[in-house]
Amino acid sequence: MEANRFLLLDYRIPESPGTKLKSEGLTALHPVVLVPGIVTGGLELWEGKTCADSLFRKRLWGGSFTEIFRRPLCWLEHLSLHNETGLDPPGIRVRAVPGLVAADYFAPGYFVWAVLIENLAKIGYEGKNLHMAAYDWRLSFQNTEIRDKALSRLKSKIEVMYVSNGYKKVVVVPHSMGAIYFLHFIRWVETPPPMGGGGAPGWCAKHIKAIMNIGPAFFGVPKAVSNLFSAEGKDVAFLRSIAPAVIDSEYLGLQTLEHVMRVSRTWDSIVSLIPKGGETIWGNMDWSPEEGHVCDLANKRLLQPSSSDNNNITNSDIKRGFRVKEPVKYGRIISFGKGSSQLPSSQLPTLDSKDFIRTANVNSPCGEVWTEYDEMSRESIHKVAEGKAYTATTLLDVLRFMAPKMMQRSEAHFSHGIADNLDDPKYNHYKYWSNPLETKLPDAPDMEIHCMYGVGIPTERSYVYKKSAADYKCNSIPFQIDSSVEGDDQNSCLKGGVYFVDGDESVPVVSAGFMCAKGWRGRTRFNPSGISTYVREYRHKPPASLFEGRGVESGAHVDIMGNVALIEDVLKVAAGAIGNEIGGDRIYSDILRMSERINLRL
Amino acid sequence: MSLVRRRKATDKASSSDSQVPDKDSPKEQEYDTADVDVQKKAQISKSKAKWSCVDSCCWFIGCICVTWWLLLFLYNAMPASLPQYVTEAITGPLPDPPGVKLRKEGLRAKHPVVFVPGIVTGGLELWEGHQCADGLFRKRLWGGTFGEVYKRPLCWVEHMSLDNETGLDPPGVRVRPVSGLVAADYFAPGYFVWAVLIANLARIGYEEKTMYMAAYDWRLSFQNTEVRDQTLSRIKSTVELMVATNGGKKAVIIPHSMGVLYFLHFMKWVEAPAPMGGGGGPNWCSKHIKAVMNIGGPFLGVPKAIAGLFSAEAKDIAVARAIAPGFLDNDIFRVQTLQHVMRMSRTWDSTMSMIPRGGDTIWGGLDWSPEEGCVSGRKKHRNNDPQTANGGESESLVSQVKKVNYGRIVSFGKDVAEAPSSEIQRIDFRDAVKGNNLANTSCRDVWTEYHDIGVGGIKAVAEYKVYTSGSLLDLLYFVAPKMMARGGAHFSYGIADDLEDPKYKHYKYWSNPLETKLPNAPEMEIFSLYGVGIPTERAYVYKLSPSAECYIPFQIDTSANAEDSCLQDGVYNVDGDETVPVLSAGFMCARGWRGKTRFNPSGIRTYVREYDHSPPANLLEGRGTLSGAHVDIMGNFALIEDIMRVAAGATGEDLGGDQVYSKIFQWAEKIKLKL
Repeated sequence: MEANRFLLLDYRIPESPGTKLKSEGLTALHPVVLVPGIVTGGLELWEGKTCADSLFRKRLWGGSFTEIFRRPLCWLEHLSLHNETGLDPPGIRVRAVPGLVAADYFAPGYFVWAVLIENLAKIGYEGKNLHMAAYDWRLSFQNTEIRDKALSRLKSKIEVMYVSNGYKKVVVVPHSMGAIYFLHFIRWVETPPPMGGGGAPGWCAKHIKAIMNIGPAFFGVPKAVSNLFSAEGKDVAFLRSIAPAVIDSEYLGLQTLEHVMRVSRTWDSIVSLIPKGGETIWGNMDWSPEEGHVCDLANKRLLQPSSSDNNNITNSDIKRGFRVKEPVKYGRIISFGKGSSQLPSSQLPTLDSKDFIRTANVNSPCGEVWTEYDEMSRESIHKVAEGKAYTATTLLDVLRFMAPKMMQRSEAHFSHGIADNLDDPKYNHYKYWSNPLETKLPDAPDMEIHCMYGVGIPTERSYVYKKSAADYKCNSIPFQIDSSVEGDDQNSCLKGGVYFVDGDESVPVVSAGFMCAKGWRGRTRFNPSGISTYVREYRHKPPASLFEGRGVESGAHVDIMGNVALIEDVLKVAAGAIGNEIGGDRIYSDILRMSERINLRL
Repeated sequence: MSLVRRRKATDKASSSDSQVPDKDSPKEQEYDTADVDVQKKAQISKSKAKWSCVDSCCWFIGCICVTWWLLLFLYNAMPASLPQYVTEAITGPLPDPPGVKLRKEGLRAKHPVVFVPGIVTGGLELWEGHQCADGLFRKRLWGGTFGEVYKRPLCWVEHMSLDNETGLDPPGVRVRPVSGLVAADYFAPGYFVWAVLIANLARIGYEEKTMYMAAYDWRLSFQNTEVRDQTLSRIKSTVELMVATNGGKKAVIIPHSMGVLYFLHFMKWVEAPAPMGGGGGPNWCSKHIKAVMNIGGPFLGVPKAIAGLFSAEAKDIAVARAIAPGFLDNDIFRVQTLQHVMRMSRTWDSTMSMIPRGGDTIWGGLDWSPEEGCVSGRKKHRNNDPQTANGGESESLVSQVKKVNYGRIVSFGKDVAEAPSSEIQRIDFRDAVKGNNLANTSCRDVWTEYHDIGVGGIKAVAEYKVYTSGSLLDLLYFVAPKMMARGGAHFSYGIADDLEDPKYKHYKYWSNPLETKLPNAPEMEIFSLYGVGIPTERAYVYKLSPSAECYIPFQIDTSANAEDSCLQDGVYNVDGDETVPVLSAGFMCARGWRGKTRFNPSGIRTYVREYDHSPPANLLEGRGTLSGAHVDIMGNFALIEDIMRVAAGATGEDLGGDQVYSKIFQWAEKIKLKL
């Protein structure tokens, strides 16, 4: 294993960015705080049921995941949170692994932060000026403070590092969901005590030099919708189309997806990733900011092996970009049937979400799996499917209809709208803090915010759904992605029931880049003190050979953490550089044009 | 196999060749070769029969592999609780672990707890290293499996050493403590240190936010951990945070071994004003600390440290040497193990924090010592029941009292150790000329200061014959001046005459309980928890090493044994926990700080709690739940229970006050210390 890694490193590059910058004379200056995102942080068991004996302080999440195979149901039970409170279920305590080990490697050999840490260490970073703000990523952000004091601990950690490193402000590097977690933190820390951290206004200005968001999901990700809707993403849908029986099999009592859905629906944090900003940001029935996106998917390395299996002839050399004549209606994040994803909106039935009726329909054999779907009558399922197409705004209504308990629980912690008047006192509530469209940035004119993300990878943006064939059986997820739907052309943005746009495989460009490109640019109402923002994009280049591992120029959501250019940027800022010194904006995508199209009052 | 066959054939051929000149006939030669052919064929058919040997060998290997694989499979498929069933089937039901028991009693997490690990048990990891340590980034160099020691021993020694002069990092090497609970929960896989205590605390509701491992680099001097890593500042802020986020409940501190001294240092540091101290103000301790529960604390140092610094050996090594004399001293393979160990450990300032403090007043002079009289032949019956083990047992101590001069910590020769002081002829070594440097270049890669001492100097050391704790310091200054100069800037070993003297504001006095006052915190409690009933090193009989150039010139004389005495293999033992003598662990709480003394002006209450050692009954029990040994005591159920009760809110009185098995109070009385 170790030798293997050596080999990879040798193939990678003659010199790692850390070594290179060290020879240029860079040394550790500002303390660095790493904020991991969803899923990548490890979780360990502190108290469990009898089935989890001997797992005390062993990792349940992250690491080798051996427990999934040994005792899958026990494992799922321990990872679930409480249905109603969103906190620990009685008798179970699962906590975040603390320290750098929390998210350096997700699984053995699969790095997350390890490469960045190693390079930071080369220029002199070590335990006293490098901190991993590990938190339980299943909880809603405010609950991490209520249960674990995670925010208080982060605050005190930053204060100590600031003082003990000679009053040098910290550089914060959040990744993925960590970006909105940290957004929550900077509001929390300046809010007075009962709800906030009591750091007083000016705390951020005093302690933070720069926030370098990596692949930030500021406006959420459409993936979260499909996850909540049917517990599947592109990969799962694809798997289903290959081997239809495996996932849906209920012999052996597997019900894999149902179990996954039940567990993940208890996690409030997923709701934080539901697209925010509604139709203004994500587009409506007829309009979307990405309109006219050039899809040359075949040219790029898709994760889907199907492109090589089925389209052997065509996928070889198509280099020309293909402009979709009829613009793809990305605004319809979920549509039922390919037709309804393309028809002009006037031909679609309008449906008021208030029409939905819930009737309790608990059929006992399926009761074991709690997904709230079993409480829906078949008529209402039918009705949801009748609705044909849903935008980011109506989607929330559908979710509220389909999973009322979950949404009720988590909407106490997250909000997905756009503020009309930011001075409204209601926005002092913590549920608005992680939504960049409903909070003001702190008064810290010297602070810098960077949005760093990969581009050039097809990223899920909207879905074509169908009703599950077997909804009369005990199949409690009534919808699934219609993976048989393909575009008219192999260059179409529609593949396997999913419409793609540019992004880093998880986060579309508009979610990652808009705030830095427009929402906070200059002095806006979201950024009253005029904090300077920078957009830094990294074009994805797949690794040339297998030896390169996950590549040094990757733009993929997690692999970008090994991207040499990105690491260099982070290192330079940590060693004292400001945004303009590392080159200001660096843009490959259409983010500026897309931002122009978004009609948001600033 | 084919090789063997061929050689046999050629043997035959050559033997037939040698016959050729005698016969001198081609025909016969032909016949001969034919004969050889026939023989060959016979050989082949024979070897065909033998071929099964290889075959069975392969089979054997195959079988082993398959069995191993099967066992591994079974092991993995086995329910996790199986070993426990097996153990219970053999030894009867285990007592409930204290966590379960106390949870049933309704105890819940209340005060945040802070662990302060001791020397050696904390993990260290690499952050920057030389070429030879490539690929070890953030891997443990110390603790864990120690795999690197075997793979690249010299590289390992190089990285573990500190700088000779500064006592900080050598250039280009950064080795840092592992942080978090993992730093010292297990020292090596399966060898617990804090893990049992952590697991039990978790049962009553403790978790990451209420438990904190104050990991520090135990190689550094205490003040240097702050200078280099800001460790003390981080402990301070973490304690403050834990107290604040737990509703103002004060912290319970649990230091172990050297961590005890480290925390003494911390308490002084945190209240001292800013440039040298932490600037916490004079009431910091009383505001933030409920109790300090010292486990096996070497308040007054340990004699083992002397042997370690003097000749890089302790009882165990001396015994190993006696068994296999050639092995350790072997420099044929350029191993020089001890020399390397000595070179490395002498760069660690912290080892000097454990040198016996208080001089002859505490440790005894030439003719007297507080422990006077050796208790040997101690009979003990094993007691597996924690309840009765707790209740004062008055059996044991079948003593044959024989006067032993424990005050003579190092003596050259057994006769010297036993002779009355008037008969010992001593020649002062202090002014002795050290003589020429006898090191030749071949020893150069091993740096110990012994190479700077000539034959004359070594003789002079031996001729002084007997060293008490006071003169030992002079001895160490003589044989290792550079090391002691470095250490002397960070530690002090004396007794203060006047604690108000402003010089005692310097940090080098902070870790010496005899030269500092406890903080002003009348509500705080200090516990001394330690094991008794194990022979513990107290004084040594030394001899000169058989002269060889690269050796350490002194070694423990393992041939020195005495019947009916505590002298074993050149080491005089007293009661203790195998590492720390009772005197060192208990004196401060039994007398030095008892009541309002000048060392304890605010009258902080102190408690002595001893745990009598009983070894585990069988192998399945592992390291036992009643152990009193220095590290194994961390798994002692009675001790864990005490700690948990205090953490859940009890005071020392609630625990039952003092619990004493040894003669610590009698011994403490004999020490004439102004209080």
